[in-house]
Amino acid sequence: MTNIAPSVRKQDVSGIPIPETGNRRRLNPLPYLLILPTIFFVALFTVWPTLLAIYQSFFRQRLNILKFRDPTFIGLENYQTLLTDERFLRVLQNTFYYILGTVPISILLAFLFALLLNRKVRGVGFARLGFFYPTIMPLVSAATIWMFFFTPDYGLFNSTLQLLGYSGPQNWTGNPDLALLAIMIVMVWKNAGFYMIFYLAGLQSLPTDVFEAAAIDGASSWQMLWRIAFPLLRRTTLFITTIAFIGAFREVDHIFVLTKGGPSRASTVLLYHLWQVRFENQDVGQAAAITVILVAVLLIFTISNFVVSERGGSDDV
Amino acid sequence: MFDTVPARGWRAKLGSGLVSVGTAVLAIFWAIPVLWAIVASLRPANNPLGRGDIWFSFPLTIENYTRAWSLAPFGLYYRNTFIIVGMILGVQLVTITLAAFAFANYEFGGKRGFFFFILLQMMIPTTALLAPNFSTIRQLGIFDTRLAVAIPFFGSAFGTFLMRQAFLGVPRDLVDAGVIDGCNWHQLLRNVYLPPSIPTLIAFGLSSVSFHWNAFLWPLIITNSDESRPLTAGLVRFTQLGEIGAQWSLLTAATLMVIAPLFIAFLLFQRRFIQSFMHSGIK
Repeated sequence: MTNIAPSVRKQDVSGIPIPETGNRRRLNPLPYLLILPTIFFVALFTVWPTLLAIYQSFFRQRLNILKFRDPTFIGLENYQTLLTDERFLRVLQNTFYYILGTVPISILLAFLFALLLNRKVRGVGFARLGFFYPTIMPLVSAATIWMFFFTPDYGLFNSTLQLLGYSGPQNWTGNPDLALLAIMIVMVWKNAGFYMIFYLAGLQSLPTDVFEAAAIDGASSWQMLWRIAFPLLRRTTLFITTIAFIGAFREVDHIFVLTKGGPSRASTVLLYHLWQVRFENQDVGQAAAITVILVAVLLIFTISNFVVSERGGSDDV
Repeated sequence: MFDTVPARGWRAKLGSGLVSVGTAVLAIFWAIPVLWAIVASLRPANNPLGRGDIWFSFPLTIENYTRAWSLAPFGLYYRNTFIIVGMILGVQLVTITLAAFAFANYEFGGKRGFFFFILLQMMIPTTALLAPNFSTIRQLGIFDTRLAVAIPFFGSAFGTFLMRQAFLGVPRDLVDAGVIDGCNWHQLLRNVYLPPSIPTLIAFGLSSVSFHWNAFLWPLIITNSDESRPLTAGLVRFTQLGEIGAQWSLLTAATLMVIAPLFIAFLLFQRRFIQSFMHSGIK
């Protein structure tokens, strides 16, 4: 019986790898079992649907038209149709404006808010609450509140604008020139406070001696801000840009409440369009092609961003 | 802004005061949409908002809340949201802890590959895959159930990543001591790895709860009855009821009911919340 002891030690019950003395490596199944649930759900709801979308995008399948109900292989036709479809090109254009009109402005506002709050004065807690609270409400609730806020005639948004001398159209969500802008305003209002907290954390981690030295050298606050603080927060900015960019693709809930993508597609962005194609037009093939395009854009962006941030990683704040 | 040198002289003090005023104005500006919604929700139904009369109207009333509650099954929606959010969190806490423990504590073949595989979920937001996931849910035969709303989120790359970081911060000496004391793997996890990682687990939990409390698009397409519909989808349905029209008092009351629980939780645990959101870039 005493002979057993060494081999028992080698196959320790805890499964902790113990330096092997011989060349006899035993495969420990435990770590595989531990990651299995996560792997299973990621495989089933991230990897499989991506592959399924690629596959389905080569087929024509429309569930609401009897003769197209069963999938037929059509090669790249779904993609060709999309890229020559004026409505789809309009959607891409809207998405581009939506990103351009929300991401940089939210980030600049976030930086401004963080600067304003990064002081030791009374009342900062309340102001932080004021900027941050939109983050923790559903986007659809933000949308119903803004639908009310945008009300023509007596809505506070229009009343305030009129006080400031605005005399243009008041029906923001129903006007083809303003609907997308209205969607963007809600998005900026909701997200600026979220991005702010990353800048706040970044500002608080900045080395104070740099600013003291700069102050002794006679640098103005403005110079300190743009020459020292902003460059040092480069990584924070890159990180916020990434999440803001992904958010701009993902967050379309308010469109369901405010404009339904209209009028005449003026406020339809990519993910909303995908929903319409799949669940209103019941066009499985086309929806799959849009999914593939959406996933490709997101992957290219996150991976290239990852590469950039890894390259400049040495001077992390 | 950079409080390294205290403000001196009247000009500096004036500047500092102006910044404070500007901050206050901006913060109020940001808060006004919700403050105005609260005002509107307290107006009596027989005295709706109108031009030149957009603030309080006395007596204040909570009848809008009770009417909204009776016009749509908000009680059911609340229950569904609670169950969905709780189900997701409960499963996630188990899956991410186990996976993170494996990645932090063991060397095994294909470890990097598996880790990258899981991280794919952070690169491709599940929302973008709503069309093919809809097909999967149909095939699983669980369409229009609370389980269908929750199941795509049972594994979490973000949570696994976060917990792995926390576990890697546990000193190796402590782990070795545990092994020598004869801990088996779950004792090691429970007694050595988990105790110092609880704050991370809470931070993840808060961001998971608020994310799934607020989710709308996936629940919208995957539910079809009040039996499984969560608050967000219920609210949007409510706004589209014919009898609601432009009754702002009712709409704002319903909206505020949807926001309230999370908002109160936020006020109670503000610091924790903000920290958890800071952790949670990609939710």
